[in-house]
Amino acid sequence: MIMRRSLLFIPASKPAMLQNAEIFGADSIIFDLEDSVSVDEKDSARILLSQFLISFNLDKVEVCVRVNDLHSPFFVDDLNAMINKKVDTIVLPKANVRDVEFLDKFLLKMELERNILKTINIIPIIETCEAVNQINEIVKINRVNGLLLGGEDLTNDLEVSRTIDGWEIFYPRTKIAYACKARGIDAIDTPYINTLDEEGLILDTKKAKSLGLNAKCAIHPNQVSVINEILSPSIEEIEYASRVMIAVEKSNDKGVFSLDGKMIDKPIINKAKKVLEKAKKFGLKVGAKDEK
Amino acid sequence: MKNSLGREVPNSFTPYMEDSLTSFTPIKEKDKVVKTEFLDSIKECFDLLKLSDGMTLSFHHHLRNGDGVLNLVLKEIKERDLKDITIAASSIFPVHEEMCELIENGNITKIYTNYLSGPVAKTITSGKMKDLLIMSTHGGRPFLIESGKLKIDVSFIAAPCVDKAGNGNGVEGKNACGTLGYAIADLKYASKVVLVTDTIKDKLEFVDLDRQYVDYVLKVDSIGEQKGIVSGTTRITRDPVGLIIARNTAKLIDELGLIKEGFSMQTGAGSISLAVTQYIEKLMIERQIKASFALGGITSYYVKMLESGLIKNLYDVQCFDLEAVKSYKNNQNHIGISATEYAGPHNKKALVNKLDFVILGATEIDVNFNVNVTTDSNGIIIGGSGGHFDTARGAKTTIITSQLLRTRLPIVKDEVTTITTLGKDVDIFVCERGIAINPKRTDLIEKLKDSTLNITTIDELLKKAHQITGIPKNVPHKDKIVGVVLASDGTVIDSIYQR
Repeated sequence: MIMRRSLLFIPASKPAMLQNAEIFGADSIIFDLEDSVSVDEKDSARILLSQFLISFNLDKVEVCVRVNDLHSPFFVDDLNAMINKKVDTIVLPKANVRDVEFLDKFLLKMELERNILKTINIIPIIETCEAVNQINEIVKINRVNGLLLGGEDLTNDLEVSRTIDGWEIFYPRTKIAYACKARGIDAIDTPYINTLDEEGLILDTKKAKSLGLNAKCAIHPNQVSVINEILSPSIEEIEYASRVMIAVEKSNDKGVFSLDGKMIDKPIINKAKKVLEKAKKFGLKVGAKDEK
Repeated sequence: MKNSLGREVPNSFTPYMEDSLTSFTPIKEKDKVVKTEFLDSIKECFDLLKLSDGMTLSFHHHLRNGDGVLNLVLKEIKERDLKDITIAASSIFPVHEEMCELIENGNITKIYTNYLSGPVAKTITSGKMKDLLIMSTHGGRPFLIESGKLKIDVSFIAAPCVDKAGNGNGVEGKNACGTLGYAIADLKYASKVVLVTDTIKDKLEFVDLDRQYVDYVLKVDSIGEQKGIVSGTTRITRDPVGLIIARNTAKLIDELGLIKEGFSMQTGAGSISLAVTQYIEKLMIERQIKASFALGGITSYYVKMLESGLIKNLYDVQCFDLEAVKSYKNNQNHIGISATEYAGPHNKKALVNKLDFVILGATEIDVNFNVNVTTDSNGIIIGGSGGHFDTARGAKTTIITSQLLRTRLPIVKDEVTTITTLGKDVDIFVCERGIAINPKRTDLIEKLKDSTLNITTIDELLKKAHQITGIPKNVPHKDKIVGVVLASDGTVIDSIYQR
């Protein structure tokens, strides 16, 4: 099970931001070679990011790189520069089935050529109507371990405006959530673009969570802690899950038993296991306050 | 001669030695003045006071970078070409640039201060002053004055408002600056006292400066600019790195159990400190906890917490913004205190000793937790202790917050360039890449052993910094000592060298 909560975009062309990329608590960093880098800086950003990844030890976060899309003149150069042992995941913009399949094969070839033993993953960005319709096929491609909703480009393609309520992205959010959960991969929500509006970010993240998305992108470091807090299991959830697991141990493998007068069965036990697994992964304190 | 920290101490000064507190014998306060005289000319004032070569003149810094009084006196010193004057100003700011010329010409040959920034700092660092700069602390300054180690011939006290009897306060008049805590020792112990004001009223709402100590009131057009009291750092940071540090500091304080009913704090006016205060405020509201007092330079953030009932009392030695000035004037729970009451090492009841925690900044911190806020890494004077030394010594828990790297330089060093605050008084260093606890505080280490915060060691932080920046070369200094840094008891912690 992949478990991300927050993925922070960092422009690959900004040395000061690269230097501090790892300190904000994001589970993943998406070093961006695409939209946040101007055309005349594409080369220098690629060189800067390559050197940065060689010099800095980033073993506590997932290293993702958003390359330029497959049909841009920068795609091949981006991949040539970025396929190495330091990169965990390629984030592919304007993805569709054909492009993701191409990237999958391209990565395999490069991994073999460069003697990279690990598998570099792919997070396709779903930001066209065509891609929304292909979601169920895209998630089946092996390297894909998460889908990222690109709300801005998608609503442009749909010729509708973004709204605070977000009804215009209700369908792709839901579709991504279902497809990803069915495959056990991450459903990643589109970023909230008003970086000064913390309350808006809280509401938007809670809404995404309520629809089944388990992760969200951040476009400003100050958004990371808010996203992490909302998408982490709460203290109450962790405590309850801990008590469920203690009760499981004491139940001597009975399939069904009761806790606080409520029936505990397999789905609740599985949910408790997931909560504790997430809590552990996210460095949260695990344990029951008391045993009733 | 070297002190117990291994730092050079010029002859004629007492070196700092571990646990060697200098004894305190108070001198007599100045004689009571029968009748205060009112003057309207600085020239007449100089004549009556018979100001002459070699005298020591004192000033406070409550108008900060808006101060006009020190400059007024400097002009007259220059006009009369007085020589070998000692200036004892609680702080010196860029607005006092005129002093540079007087230093170079030998009019001013020695300075006592607690904080120094701008052109005067550069002039002194470059070795242009004949005698030494003596950097004291906010608590140490009144100790020097009240023990007779710093004898003031004339104190020129900027008083925003004065009544017709000669009493003064800091809350009325066009240049109201709030409390006048740093001027109290000068008022009581200088041989002669001149209140310099631009506003005279029949009666004051209340008195900060008692007329019985005041020899003269000098009426001028303006004592400065009120807006200059607002410190440039009194805004909450939006910088993501600063916010990470602030958030982790607040979490740390919470995990240490310091946010409890009746606690006390000094969190300062720096941009990170203010963000910490905001996080603490949030926790206090959530848990319905009230603090007994907050201390130090007071900002509008503390005023808001006082007014909303989160803090019972503010003890204010200096107002950092105009909201604080208003509050001091109108709210009886916003209490003005003198520097002696704030931090005097000779005052057992000093409020710094009652602090549960203090949050302070650093220009450099070393692996022994010594902190430098006096010079930059090139050895150029950029500040000074202010209350840094005093609060670190007094508070039960002292937390230093800073980015690990500033531009391309590591803040953590093997040895700080200049020691301002002793490592033995510093408990915790919080930066964006981890939290280091002073190994001497085994109690804190034990409390945090199960913490989810990134607890590390200062050596590890130094290593991380060097991994990013490489090991910076030390900038060599010249042999000449241009100043000394004092502990609050007047012993010398370190020397400042010509650059």
